[in-house]
Amino acid sequence: MVGIHLKTLIFERSELDHLVETLKRRDYKVIGPLLRGGAIVYDEITNTSSLPIGWTDERSNGKYRLKNRDDAVVFDWTVGPQSWKRFLFPPIQKIFATHKRPKGIDLPNTKKQPVQETVPAKYAFLGVRPCDLHAIAVQDKVFLGGPYRDPVYERKRSGNFIIAVNCRQAGGTCFCASMGTGPKATSGFDIALTEVLEGKRHYFIVEVGTELGGEVLKSLKCLKATDENLAALKEICEKTTQQMGRSLDTTNLKSILYQNSEHPRWESTASRCLTCANCTMVCPTCFCATIEDVTDLSGKQAERMRKWDSCFTLDFSYIHGGSVRASTKARYRQWVTHKLASWVDQFGTLGCVGCGRCITWCPVGIDITEEVRTIRENQS
Amino acid sequence: MATDPELLSLKVDYKWNPMLPWPFQIRRVKHETEDTFTIELQPLGALEEFAYQPGQFNMLYVYGVGEIPISISGDPANPRVLVHTTRAVGTVTKAMDKMKRGDILGIRGPYGTPWPIDQANGSDVVFVAGGIGLAPLRPALYEVVAHRELYGKVVLLYGTRTPLDVLFRQELENWRARFDLEIYVTVDRAMTGWRGNVGVVTNLIPRAPFDPRNTMAFVCGPEIMMRFTAMELHKRGVDNEHIFVSMERNMKCAIGLCGHCQFGSVFVCKDGPVFRYSEIKEMLVKWEI
Repeated sequence: MVGIHLKTLIFERSELDHLVETLKRRDYKVIGPLLRGGAIVYDEITNTSSLPIGWTDERSNGKYRLKNRDDAVVFDWTVGPQSWKRFLFPPIQKIFATHKRPKGIDLPNTKKQPVQETVPAKYAFLGVRPCDLHAIAVQDKVFLGGPYRDPVYERKRSGNFIIAVNCRQAGGTCFCASMGTGPKATSGFDIALTEVLEGKRHYFIVEVGTELGGEVLKSLKCLKATDENLAALKEICEKTTQQMGRSLDTTNLKSILYQNSEHPRWESTASRCLTCANCTMVCPTCFCATIEDVTDLSGKQAERMRKWDSCFTLDFSYIHGGSVRASTKARYRQWVTHKLASWVDQFGTLGCVGCGRCITWCPVGIDITEEVRTIRENQS
Repeated sequence: MATDPELLSLKVDYKWNPMLPWPFQIRRVKHETEDTFTIELQPLGALEEFAYQPGQFNMLYVYGVGEIPISISGDPANPRVLVHTTRAVGTVTKAMDKMKRGDILGIRGPYGTPWPIDQANGSDVVFVAGGIGLAPLRPALYEVVAHRELYGKVVLLYGTRTPLDVLFRQELENWRARFDLEIYVTVDRAMTGWRGNVGVVTNLIPRAPFDPRNTMAFVCGPEIMMRFTAMELHKRGVDNEHIFVSMERNMKCAIGLCGHCQFGSVFVCKDGPVFRYSEIKEMLVKWEI
């Protein structure tokens, strides 16, 4: 796989600190991986000491465990329960606040003046996996590509600096290779890193994706990548692809799912599914949200909050008379069919990037690749 | 997959944020039947008019209570008055039912696809309404009546629960008095004094005076009623491509971003609510889709 990039460089492990410092100097809020609550999550970092150095994750159906390694590799883990979506499309977001006056209410549009909002700090994301790069591109289509653009997402997404990290190993639930989304980043990043540990030498191969990426790297001590470095990069990505134990065949998938909406498999999987909504919460592309209108105790102030929602809840499809998707079968079918079929009709791309989070965080270990394979091989 | 750089160029226009409601003041509340009411609103502040097309809907916000989608039921020729008719069944509509002249509501819209009335030029027009489904059809009726000469026969078939639930009764009686409109009403349950039809609205279709080979049909009511109405119209000879229905789903944003209104591969809020029957026929027969 050839990357669309401007040039390839290398820098030593110690330069990673300079990268974070450079970004901070350029007024970026640097978000990176760190250990919290027994998982690798994303939050603001100030230097590289908080990165999950020497840690790796083990993932399988319904299982996620961290394990200590005996080396100082920084990025030898795949994806945890969170994704970058929580920064671009926050789990809870205030849409507006309004006040009660003696006569009437103050709505934001009452004033002829445009609503002034402080421009948030620009985000720099450190450690975006190739699958998650694709997830961001998918959400860009959802939130920015339609007749209405999401103003919240638009603000938070603008001016992002993205540092992708190619995967040195495949996680137990990964299937990005079959989805064409990994394990190597090909576009959508400012710079992409590949970590190499050779004996005592610890360095990063850096692919430059944008002019800005190249400019930021000027503050770092970089060397031109040699043929040996390029060979190492290729070898690492090929090894990861070979390691990947799961796959999802997307050939003709849209019509197969549309034609098999009454397949008995939906019913049997529904008997295991707890409709807990975990899969939709950890999914990096799921975009559904609900609205909650709340008031303070005096009733003088009201706010509207937008919160992540899930098609697995009964409330999700409620209209006068009852929920449209009352059964678990209908809700599970909706989620899978949306991800892998109707998403294509709606946004011109699949809604699944093969990160495997839904398999890892499903309390009963339902595996979307297994579900699709079963339906494909036993079409009704 | 890379994102088109055009998508990422910052375009935030704070003057028009589609998530923020505009203030509208209630001019009049009219109780139509025991559980339905019509509110007339006028824009406050920066907005002077509110232009919309028949069949479109708005999101209506009651302070601190919530926001819901309701179709516009007024006359599109008069954009200075915004009219909504609804049944008081949920938290928001019940709170709305208690509101009075002078109170403020938040409005976002208009949203969604309209009834394609222009496509009916030169043909017969059949409106089929079930219950409160008459409200989203009324703007289209106003428009057809205002340009009556453009159409052939104009027929309204209206089914409701009981004679007491007949919506816009005065207006229907006025229209019925005209020589160029055919208005038929049927009720599920009759009572003493009712001399009209009894039974489901689909029973009216075989006898209604229109030429099925040259007819556009606009249907609004409960999903099951629309499904059987479309089948009956088709049986009479109306092309499925000439039948339009207005769908209902849960909606939170109305701008295609919250995911709630998905109906198969379409979003009812932005791809609908008015759909060509031939395009959603297969989905209408899928259970719990």
